[in-house]
Amino acid sequence: MTYGTEHVSVRFGNVQALDQVTVSTDAGTVTAVVGGDGAGKSTLLRTVVGRIAPAGGRVLAPPEQQIGYQPSVGGTWADLTVAQNLEFVGGTYGLQGSRLARRSEELIERAGLTAARDRLARDLSGGMRTKLGFCLAMVHEPTLLVLDEPSTGVDPVSRVELWRLLSEVAAAGTAVLLSTTYLDEAERASRVVVLKDGRTLLSGSPDEVIASSPGVVVRTDTAIRQGFAWRHADGFREWWPQVPDGQQPVQVDLEDVAIIASLIQHRSIE
Amino acid sequence: MLLKEFRELRRDRRTMAMIVFLPILLLVVFGYAANFEVDEVTTAVLGPQAEQAGTNAPEVFDVVETDQQGTQATAVDLLQRNTADVAVLTGTEPVQVFVDGSALFSAQAAVSAFNRLGDQVQVQILFNPDLTTSWVMVPGIVGLILMFVGTVVTSIGLVKERERGTLEQLAVMPIRPSTVILGKITPYFLLASLDMILVTVLGMLLFDVPFNGNVAAFALGAALFLFVVLGIGVFISTVSATVGQAIQTAFFFLLPQILLSGFIFPLDAIPWGVRWISYLLPLTYFTQISQGIMLRGAPIDSLWLPFMALSLMAAFVFVGAVLRFRRSLTPGTPRHHRHAKVAA
Repeated sequence: MTYGTEHVSVRFGNVQALDQVTVSTDAGTVTAVVGGDGAGKSTLLRTVVGRIAPAGGRVLAPPEQQIGYQPSVGGTWADLTVAQNLEFVGGTYGLQGSRLARRSEELIERAGLTAARDRLARDLSGGMRTKLGFCLAMVHEPTLLVLDEPSTGVDPVSRVELWRLLSEVAAAGTAVLLSTTYLDEAERASRVVVLKDGRTLLSGSPDEVIASSPGVVVRTDTAIRQGFAWRHADGFREWWPQVPDGQQPVQVDLEDVAIIASLIQHRSIE
Repeated sequence: MLLKEFRELRRDRRTMAMIVFLPILLLVVFGYAANFEVDEVTTAVLGPQAEQAGTNAPEVFDVVETDQQGTQATAVDLLQRNTADVAVLTGTEPVQVFVDGSALFSAQAAVSAFNRLGDQVQVQILFNPDLTTSWVMVPGIVGLILMFVGTVVTSIGLVKERERGTLEQLAVMPIRPSTVILGKITPYFLLASLDMILVTVLGMLLFDVPFNGNVAAFALGAALFLFVVLGIGVFISTVSATVGQAIQTAFFFLLPQILLSGFIFPLDAIPWGVRWISYLLPLTYFTQISQGIMLRGAPIDSLWLPFMALSLMAAFVFVGAVLRFRRSLTPGTPRHHRHAKVAA
């Protein structure tokens, strides 16, 4: 089963929030939507879960009972305990009695929240709260899991744990669509869509996106090509349409590719 | 720093409104409305010399009814129905005067005027014989409590849900918007009702405030008023993004009601230039109902106006606010349209 959007456009008044954006995720895979603030990530995800009506295009989504959603601002009930949060959301999705108890305990254990099961959500650390939000989105075993920036503001250890949980649910057959501002994180996904100003900048598997990047990148101590150079580690990286004389191209990563695409687009607009 | 503060203030419309609105409100209220002295006391004159006594009544008494056939029972009934604050029964020696003690300040003005007449009149104060202030305040405070829970606490509860992203989550869960709204509002309705019972019973126990009227009519009035204030609370939540904003906005709704509903300053003492505002406020009508039923044992048909006003307000404010809140839960296309688009 494939979920996502096909050429979806969204307008807020005079602002074109999304312009012909296509994103897809299949059962058992993770698709990451990457972009900076205002790129349209949350709008795209909210469109997929039905919170925003698109002005054009198609939304491919299962019925609401089969969608799990974690909003960007947590989405946990602060004055309920971990167990009560799961009990409420699970109950809303029709889980009851021993089935709900079993599912809650399973998720609490998998998320490493056993010691915190009776703690109020407001007393959890940021990482634990994110994991609880993830558990709430997963309690009813949805076929499509949509997570809006689950790792933003989360410490590195919790991010690793979050990705372990994500890998597990994807391996179990869930289609996962998440947004992130971290390109290194997006490299772990099966598919990546990079958004900028509501438009698709890059799309494909991380390897495909990297392979499709035009030109070459060289490492330099002093930037020569203004507008096509960016800081990297202790020097600069510079994009060239062809390998410049006497220079050795370096291996690019997803971050480099996104920067190159953005710089080229910026130049073409100018 | 100064420049930054002014720039921020200029863009914070609610704070600016408070800075502009509050001084004007306080000036108007304390300049015109903050007056405990009643200049005109509505009066009914009954008995054989009603016409003559009505014509010769001192200036403070505004004669609204004369009835030559009127008896003591008529006098009590007129006060109970709030047709008049004073009923003068002629044809006896001395003249019998009945004063409505639940209209505290009118009663004080009337008693003071009658005292100057010496033995010519026999004054009997009904419904609040000792003119105790707490007896008049407690029914109003019941309304104040309902308003606080209904408006402030409800709006905070709803805005918290939005602030923490859980409203967004509820919106995508398989719950009908009406269920979400009902689930959010019912606890506040019940809590406010409990608070109301508690305050009423405590008022009766601690201050000996009587409950002379029909409990069911009182409950009906309270329920209607609660729907209005809950509606205001829901409305505030739809125009506030944070708890701070909700409290600030609630302040605009609460302050005029506290000052202008007749619960502190008597409506009769407020000039019409300001008093018309009082008649737009739900607490004005609830105070009329609660004082009428608790103190005077007023029959429900005599309170048709406040009941009607609260019913209209409840229908308009509550339904409007709930529909507005519902919109924030369902901005997308109807779900059944989306399901049809599931890809194979």
